[in-house]
Formats: sequence, C-alpha cells, structure tokens
Amino acid sequence: MAVVFVLWLREVKKYLRSRVQIVASLGGPLMYLGVLGFGLGPVFQRAGEGSYLQFMAPGVIGMAVLFTAMFSGIAMLWDRQFGFLKETLVAPVPRLAIMIGRTLGGATVAVLQGTLIFVVTLIAGFRPVSVLAVPLAFLLIALVAVVFAALATAIGSTIKEMQGFQMVMNFLVMPIFFLSGALYPLPGLPRVLAALTRVDPLTYGVDGMRGLLIGRGSAHFGVAFDVAVLLAVGVVFVAAGAWRFSKIEA
Amino acid sequence: MSDRPILRVQHIAKSFGTVLAVNDVSFDVRPGEIFAFLGPNGAGKTTTIKMLTTLLRPTTGSLELDGLDVTMHPTEVRKRFGVVFQDPSLDSELTAWENMDIHGVLYHVARHARRARCEVLLRMFELYERRDDLVKTFSGGMKRRLEIARGLLHTPKVLFLDEPTLGLDPQSRNQMWTHVRNLRATEGVTVFLTTHYMDEADRVADRIAVIDHGRIVATGSSAELKQQTGTDSLEAAFLALTGTMIRDESATAADQMRQVARVWRR
Ligand SMILES: Nc1ncnc2c1ncn2[C@@H]1O[C@H](COP(=O)(O)OP(=O)(O)O)[C@@H](O)[C@H]1O
Ligand SMILES: [Mg+2]
Repeated sequence: MAVVFVLWLREVKKYLRSRVQIVASLGGPLMYLGVLGFGLGPVFQRAGEGSYLQFMAPGVIGMAVLFTAMFSGIAMLWDRQFGFLKETLVAPVPRLAIMIGRTLGGATVAVLQGTLIFVVTLIAGFRPVSVLAVPLAFLLIALVAVVFAALATAIGSTIKEMQGFQMVMNFLVMPIFFLSGALYPLPGLPRVLAALTRVDPLTYGVDGMRGLLIGRGSAHFGVAFDVAVLLAVGVVFVAAGAWRFSKIEA
Repeated sequence: MSDRPILRVQHIAKSFGTVLAVNDVSFDVRPGEIFAFLGPNGAGKTTTIKMLTTLLRPTTGSLELDGLDVTMHPTEVRKRFGVVFQDPSLDSELTAWENMDIHGVLYHVARHARRARCEVLLRMFELYERRDDLVKTFSGGMKRRLEIARGLLHTPKVLFLDEPTLGLDPQSRNQMWTHVRNLRATEGVTVFLTTHYMDEADRVADRIAVIDHGRIVATGSSAELKQQTGTDSLEAAFLALTGTMIRDESATAADQMRQVARVWRR
C-alpha cells in the first residue's frame, strides 16, 4: 500500500511542479473552445441544436482527460530512458503495486487537468444543468482517466522508443478524440462513422458527461449504459496494463 | 570474515540471440570484500551485474547471493543488495531527499529509521546541504554519489557498482573511490564493482577478476595477477592475460562482431 501511495504521490508532485507545462496544456482546449465554440456556434444554433458551447464543453473536458492520461505513457518512456523505471523494477515489491501506483498517479493527474479545464469552460460560459450533477460527473471523469491511464501504461510498457509515442499520439490519441463525438452530435452519423464512434471508449465518457451536465436527454446511449461500458473497458485495460508491465525487460 | 561466500556464481552464461555476452563465468566473493570486474567495453560486465541483480535471467548456470538462489528467490535477494547501474536511475524532477525517501518506501524501511538513515547517508556523501534541491541541478559526481547513498539506504549486504566513475572528472573519481573504500569500515558492506580503468581496480579492489569477451581470464589480487604473469604493473598483467590493451568506448561494435564470429565458429 505504501508503495502504491508513494509512486502515486510522485506523479502528482511532478504534475503540480510543472507549472509551465500546465499552462501550455491549456492551449489546446482553449483553442477548441474559442475557435470552434464561437466559430461554429452560430451554425450549430441555426441547425436547431442549441448552444454549441454547452454541447462542446464536456467534449473538451474529455479531451483534456484523454491527453493527460495518455501522456502518463510518455512519462514511462521517459523513466525508461532516464532510468528511474529500473530503480522500481529491482525493488523488492510486486510489479503489480508499481503498475497500480503509476497508473493511479497518471489518472489522478488527468482528473486534476480535467478539473482545470472544467473551470475554464465555466469561465467561458458553460453552465451545467444542476450543481448536484457535478460530483457525479467527476466520478465519470475519474473513470475515463483510469481507462486511458491504464491504456497508456499498457502502451508505455510495450514500446521502447520515444518515436513510438509520436505514432501513438497521431494514430491512436487523435482518432480517439475526433471519433468520440466530442465535437459533433452522435445521432444521424453516416454508418461507418457511427460504428467507429461506438468502439471508441471516449465516446461513452463524453456521452455520459453530457447526460449528467447538460441534461438527461442529451446522452445518446444513456448515462447508465455509458458507465457500464467504461467499467468493462477499464477492467480490460487495467488487466492489459498489468500484464504488459509485468513483461518489461530492463 | 566468515567462510561462506556472499556471492557465488557458477558457470553462468547469457546469450542475446547470436551474441554470447557472458560465457561460462564462475567466481566467489567473500563477505566484506571489494571485488572488481576489470574488462574492456563489451566484455560482459553489465550483463553479469544485471543477472546478479535479477534483471536478467542467465541462459545457464547458477547465481547465489547470501546463500539464496537469485533466480528462485528474487524478492528476498533484492532486499539484500543495493545497486548503482551504469546508466543513471534517479528521478531528476524530484529532490535528493525525495529520491531517497521513495527508495526507503520501496524497500520497506520504517519511517523514522528512513529519516535517520537518509540523513546519515546524505551527510556521508556530502549532499545533506543540497537535500531539498532538484536532482536535475546536480553535477554528474553529485548524482553518482546520491545513487550510492540511495543504494545503501536499506543497509544491503552487497552493493553493486557498475562503472561508478564513468564520465566523472579525475577529482570526482578520486573522491568516489575514497567513499567506496570507506564503506567497508562504515557500512560493513561487500562491494562488487566493475571498471575498465586499471589504475582504479588496482587501487580500490581486494581482488580483481579480469574479464574479456564474456570470459574470466584470471582472478586474484593485483599482486597475484602481476606475479602470475611475471609483470610489474596491472597494465602489463592485463596485456599478458588478454593479449590486448584495454580498448576504449569505440570498441563495442568491433567486440560485438567478434562475439558473433565466435558463436558462428562453434
Ligand atoms: N540487450 C542486449 N541485446 C543484445 N546484445 C546485448 C544486450 N546487452 C548487451 N549486449 C551485448 O553483450 C555484450 C556485453 O555487453 P555488456 O555486458 O554491456 O558489456 P560491458 O558492461 O562489459 O561493457 C556486448 O557485445 C553487448 O553488445
Ligand atoms: Mg557496462
């Protein structure tokens, strides 16, 4: 337990210390909110879909959580390159404890970043339907964070080169974001796109957040279904992460 | 000194594909000894340390540390050694103290003992004043000293040092060896180190194993090696034993070719 805690704390401390990085990481979400939110807002409204900002805020929060959690995979490559990983691998503790500490650390950092973006969306004019829904939305955010932090652990344990991570960002993280319906509504999509959105775990995260934060009717699949899918995917990804992590060779 | 060796290595070999990195290596290290692996780059020193520290499984042969089989009881073995790898393994985004503290937790050192021990070791390695600075602000010598301090935190029986002076300036190197020599008195720890600098092996080690192309070609004290080869310096002894002077960094690729060739010839 102490081992899990200390490795978790390490991730959180490093996040809180990286002020410059935190500020830089606001860039992406701000751009989406600003450019798309205000740029596409009028079109969206004319199409009878209501406020685009309201619609998009959960998607942008989901994006922040996705990106931050996946970046914890970079941290692993970094640790491999600069050796700290080896320090944990020769310690007399189960690999599983190390993996859980790191993954929960990555997930926590993603939740912190999600919170920050949540605040930003509030400042930009996003208004959740009820204050009571906010804590529930955070549970969902935490779930999304664990799903992607575990995926990042699995990937970070498998690839060795820094270049590999670029591939992952371009061919996995960006598609996960764009296919999730973070920026467009799910009903009425072309069939192929609809099928792709359904295999994207982030779809359920964003959908669930919409259901909670902007009203029941706005969840395409329903919050309960979203949570169930995320839990199932989470179990699979955590297992995959633990398995890949146990196979790391120094 | 008791008679049972603290390290017992019998006929270990390790191959990576067609490269035979370690080839039938056997040696014993006695408790309290400073034992040096002396050999050029690519000789198999790091591979041997990785096997001894549970990071690699030997292809064949057996390794015992403090009477425990290394492959069978990795967790028990890990509690008993500290290691400083050839490549740094500190978290440079954390402070010296935080690096020490995490290590203490990973090795189950109780909180108050951890505090006390961190302080003693940081003082011993002249880092106490800098304990709250981020490691990325440290010089190479300071980082290496911090790694050694960290490796000793859980009071291991054996300390492995893989080329601890690599990349350090002469002054830091001297300082490093003074520290290492003092460890036996202050910590009573057995030290297994590797180096490709002969003068260092000569000055610091009780016994030296000369390793080349994955094989141990001779073992003994510096005096014994000289006597055995009828030479008057360790350099000359090394030349007599291996037929070459110690090669430097750039030799690794050539070594690899030679090793591949050797496997093919069999
Ligand atoms: N993971 C590996 N894969 C393939 N070859 C390796 C690996 N590790 C070491 N070797 C090879 O094994 C030989 C011994 O390497 P090493 O033990 O690092 O030597 P030293 O530490 O004495 O310089 C070298 O030829 C090296 O290229
Ligand atoms: Mg080496």
